[in-house]
Amino acid sequence: MFRWIVARDLTLAWRRRADVLSTLFFFVIVVSLFPLGIGPETQLLRLVAPGVVWVAALLASMLSLGRVFQNDYQDGTLEQMLLTPQPLYLVVLGKVLAQWLVSEVPLVLIAPLIGVQFDLAPDTLWILFVSLLIGTPILSLIGSIGAALTIGLRGGGVLIALLILPLYIPVLIFGAGAVDASISGMSPQANLYLLAAFLVVSLVFAPWATSAALRISLE
Amino acid sequence: MPESGEIRWQGADIRSLAEEYSRSITYIGHRTAVKEELSSLENLRISSGLAGFEVNRAEAQESLSRLGLAGRENLPARFLSEGQRRRSALARLITCNTKLWLLDEVLASLDRAAGMLIESVIGEHLNKGGIAIVSTHQELHISAGSFQRLELAS
Repeated sequence: MFRWIVARDLTLAWRRRADVLSTLFFFVIVVSLFPLGIGPETQLLRLVAPGVVWVAALLASMLSLGRVFQNDYQDGTLEQMLLTPQPLYLVVLGKVLAQWLVSEVPLVLIAPLIGVQFDLAPDTLWILFVSLLIGTPILSLIGSIGAALTIGLRGGGVLIALLILPLYIPVLIFGAGAVDASISGMSPQANLYLLAAFLVVSLVFAPWATSAALRISLE
Repeated sequence: MPESGEIRWQGADIRSLAEEYSRSITYIGHRTAVKEELSSLENLRISSGLAGFEVNRAEAQESLSRLGLAGRENLPARFLSEGQRRRSALARLITCNTKLWLLDEVLASLDRAAGMLIESVIGEHLNKGGIAIVSTHQELHISAGSFQRLELAS
């Protein structure tokens, strides 16, 4: 059941590759614009790098979130998913996992590469990668709540951003904080542990909240 | 939404049964839940799998050809006509072995021949002791079992 959902969403994403690539290119382009705009001052670039990369990751995840439930809602698949004999929690977890694999993992993988534009040291690039690896699933999980609440609404995309971006702030602070710490030669451990704690909490509660939101939206 | 009342399945409120109730129904509504990017075969296998009835390729193929989609199983659903999409959604009735069928406007966008096919599928289900609740604007000719007609004037 769980694997049906994940396999299905991955197949669908593969057939609609353009959607997935647009998120990735958005991320790459936004991050690349900053070095071009700021100029070649390496000191300054290094200083803004964590914030820029992380903010771009948040915005990129906004782009893909609208699609998590919208298409399934429109063609009636979501109704069917609510009627499956398995807990809705698993359905949601499967969909979120697929969304993360499709939209966030490519971004995590390419982040160290575009981090080079900001003159980050190899150690720091590694921390950037790890912080995104822990942080992006939280974005998917929290974002799914917003996506579930706004299905079927016109202008849902803007509403998701208003609902969800404030909730992303702690992730942004600790994610960028970890990279910051690494740049200034301190240990990023504390920040990463906090991110991991957020991940565990959102893994437990977010699918549950999303299930409730889906039930409300589809009544 | 109704304001009061409850729906019972085998004596128990469906809200308290939750997943147990879902296991015994197949619901096919206005929106067919057929994904345009997937072929009828994939659509059927996935929707059956989601409903808890895993079917292999051969079984899925068989129920699709029963509904007259032989030779079109591997075509992405966006190339199918509305009636063909509907039939590929209805193929789930054959693969999912549930007791209660809830069918909303089951004959919509089907021609007479396909309509008769669906009627015979429903008839078989009734003969096996199944239940079907069907809402429709067209005349439904079910030869088997007992059935009640409820006329709803607007």
